[in-house]
Amino acid sequence: MATPKPEELIQVNYRPPEKGWMDTKPPFRPGTYCNAAAPKWMEMIDYPYPRQWSVAEEDWKLPENWKEIILQGMEDRLSRFRSLKVFFDICVRCGACADKCHFFLGTGDPKNMPVLRAELMRSVYRRYFKTAGKVLGELAGARDLTEDVLKEWFFYLHQCTICRRCSLFCPYGIDMAEMTLLGRELLASVGLNIDWALASVAQCYDKGSHIGATPQAFKDMIDFLAEENERITGINCPVSINRKGAEILFIVPSGDYFADPGTFNMMGYILLFQYLGLDYTLSTYAAEGGNFGWFVSHEMGKRLNSKMYEEAKRLKVKWILGGECGHMWRVCNQYMPTWNGPADFLEEPVSPITGTKFENAAVHKMVHISEFTADLFKHGKLKVDPSRNAHIKLTFHDSCNTARGMGIFEEPRYIINQVLPEGHFFEMPSNTIREKTFCCGSSSGINANENMEIRMQGGFPRANAVKYVADKHGVNHMGCICALDRATLPTLMQYWVPEMEITGITELVANALVFDDELERTTDLRDRDLVGFEGAGEGEEEE
Amino acid sequence: MDFFKRHFLFSLIVVVGLMLIAYIGVKVHLQFVFGVVIPYLAVLIFFEGLIFRLISWARSPVPFRIPTTAGQNRTLPWIKRDLGDKLDNPDTFWGLVGRMALEVLTFRSLFRNTRTELRKGEEKPEDGRLIYWSYKWLWLGAIAFHYAFLMVILRHLRFFTEPAPHFVNLLAETDGFVQFFVPTVYMTGVILVVALTYLLLRRIYTPTLRYISLAADYFPLLLIIAIGLTGIFMRYFYKVDVAGVKQLAVGLATLKPVVPEGIGALFYVHLFLVCVLFAYFPFSKLMHMPGVFMSPSRNMVANNRWELHVNPWNYPVKFHTYMDQENTYRKAMIEVGLPVEKEQ
Repeated sequence: MATPKPEELIQVNYRPPEKGWMDTKPPFRPGTYCNAAAPKWMEMIDYPYPRQWSVAEEDWKLPENWKEIILQGMEDRLSRFRSLKVFFDICVRCGACADKCHFFLGTGDPKNMPVLRAELMRSVYRRYFKTAGKVLGELAGARDLTEDVLKEWFFYLHQCTICRRCSLFCPYGIDMAEMTLLGRELLASVGLNIDWALASVAQCYDKGSHIGATPQAFKDMIDFLAEENERITGINCPVSINRKGAEILFIVPSGDYFADPGTFNMMGYILLFQYLGLDYTLSTYAAEGGNFGWFVSHEMGKRLNSKMYEEAKRLKVKWILGGECGHMWRVCNQYMPTWNGPADFLEEPVSPITGTKFENAAVHKMVHISEFTADLFKHGKLKVDPSRNAHIKLTFHDSCNTARGMGIFEEPRYIINQVLPEGHFFEMPSNTIREKTFCCGSSSGINANENMEIRMQGGFPRANAVKYVADKHGVNHMGCICALDRATLPTLMQYWVPEMEITGITELVANALVFDDELERTTDLRDRDLVGFEGAGEGEEEE
Repeated sequence: MDFFKRHFLFSLIVVVGLMLIAYIGVKVHLQFVFGVVIPYLAVLIFFEGLIFRLISWARSPVPFRIPTTAGQNRTLPWIKRDLGDKLDNPDTFWGLVGRMALEVLTFRSLFRNTRTELRKGEEKPEDGRLIYWSYKWLWLGAIAFHYAFLMVILRHLRFFTEPAPHFVNLLAETDGFVQFFVPTVYMTGVILVVALTYLLLRRIYTPTLRYISLAADYFPLLLIIAIGLTGIFMRYFYKVDVAGVKQLAVGLATLKPVVPEGIGALFYVHLFLVCVLFAYFPFSKLMHMPGVFMSPSRNMVANNRWELHVNPWNYPVKFHTYMDQENTYRKAMIEVGLPVEKEQ
């Protein structure tokens, strides 16, 4: 199934069909949905109803009492989450959220308007939990829970990336992310999971990272990246792993040591810490910052997140430093202390280099790398040569989770301004950045290959804003502080804005970082010639 | 009949039917029922329903602190946070009070509203561009309606009190300061109906909105429009006996109900619709009014990293321990020089 070309995909029709939404079925076409989770993943994490089934087939092999399970699950969640109850009850369908969703803007499918996506679940709630719905049925916006309805949930709850852009514009703060997450829990309770997400969850659970690297493979990858650093800069940077008594446990999303361009960011972290002489260690157990569990359920999120504090305790570190990752930080910020805290065995984080106390992390005991690095720059602890980034014209993508689930906007921009030559940084249009930022379109466990069409549609608003600055200012790189962005945006850019490169922020820092005893730098961490050294790299290779 | 027609016509018919019921009721001399029994019943249902619903919401805990953050959070002391950041990403109680006040009094989030347009590429289709227009009409319509309605309700206090409180008279005076008709035209009454008409028309004529709208959306709009129009007709065109109305209202308020003779039927229609609105309120989307105060994405301080939020139903979960990992890979870990807890 070839993905349609950009000139085809951009012909979005925002006019809803004639038929009412209760009478239309989801268009399951290849390219628009993720495959069903393989039973082996479900078994690894004790998920119910593991079985072989296929989304494309009519029969999803649901357990016999699936309806009962769903309705009981709904009742249970209504009693545990005030958010769900309130969000179900108070929506006035004003439509303010409609054209704020990247999936609606990319597909034009009315059921991707957050308001209607929520109604898919709300209609069932009304039918079984509300008197008006029980009596009046459709006229009260209620409908029976049927297999078709369940399939619709499956389809559209995986066309929501939990980015919360709708909740920003909603006059009551109704958050589709919350409903999507709880809806996915309901789907999982009858054995409906998507493979990409669940494989990642199971691998994280069992091995430590979503790529399923064993401890020895993890070490191998880190050592390789350290050697790469030495090759390019001449700086030997040994990395300790699972070392007890280190001051800091550093946790990164596994995307950063697994695949380009995240790996360049990992090289950046390692170089930066070597420069500082930081007493830190990595862990093969808490080897994944990204919490894929939170994409499928609150409980699974907690099960995976447990590893962070557990490992910090075992290694007797003082505090945790976290890498550049989006939803990892939403989870660490808004869930971790509640799930697994208080982390009394850790100390209030203090930067050993500048002495800055991170008072904002007093309970949580974890610092964001951008906070850490910004503080270093503020105290003049880093010698940098911004001209080494002169080949880069940058725009910055605020990741949805750090934007709307935390509010980290200034630190990365501050760092960017320290390491880029003046006039090399360009913001995208104001309605597409900061708290109004657009999702990459592939987050929350749906960056599989089989659903490429929907991913490209979901990422369209983001890509469109990038294209604007690329055309207008010649921007050739987009920076971000999110590993899922680094994993998914290259694909998105290749499709909509070819030639656009994706980079982490610490990679830019490391490019510019000047060591006293380094080799003369002629290339950046990606082996690309620096401005003024064009062609020099090739000559060396021939030697 | 399609989805839209079913939901719209149903609402319309119900509103017209309610008006007829009151009209016929008066014609068969059920003034006491429509003037006393039903108003008391409606107020009772309103408060009972409201309390019931609030308790039902409050009984579900808030397991996680999940504010939607819309500004720079509190981090390093030198990172600048302007007033907007402090209100849109509140890190203190007073910041939160400010955020909620802005939300409730000025509809802050709705004020952000944009409208998106996909403009076609001039030469190549793939050059198409998404353009975001600032779009305040919905905000304006909503805020005009809500404030006008509030003023109208406050103005009505003069019927229930003798003498009317000073601020009510002042309000009425201000409201009627543009004098071009006798009796004085209250601007808020006009604004109320105009704003509601806009809200109704956008629902009907915006294709996406029409697609999602339910009877529960048309009904309250039509009901309040009918309330507004009957009120306006009563005041300016088909006048009813105001002294009688006042007597009835004061009687209701002081729990000594009397039903004066000779108040026009239009009044009872108006009153009945208001009663329906009161009784309908707790069971409808109109609960967004108290609901916004209970929305966890808005009513929480973003201080997770320095103040622990406790989940009352937090329970222990099964997780893979470090020793599980080491037990599986010990030999290989030792081989590559990774430290281990147990040598074998």
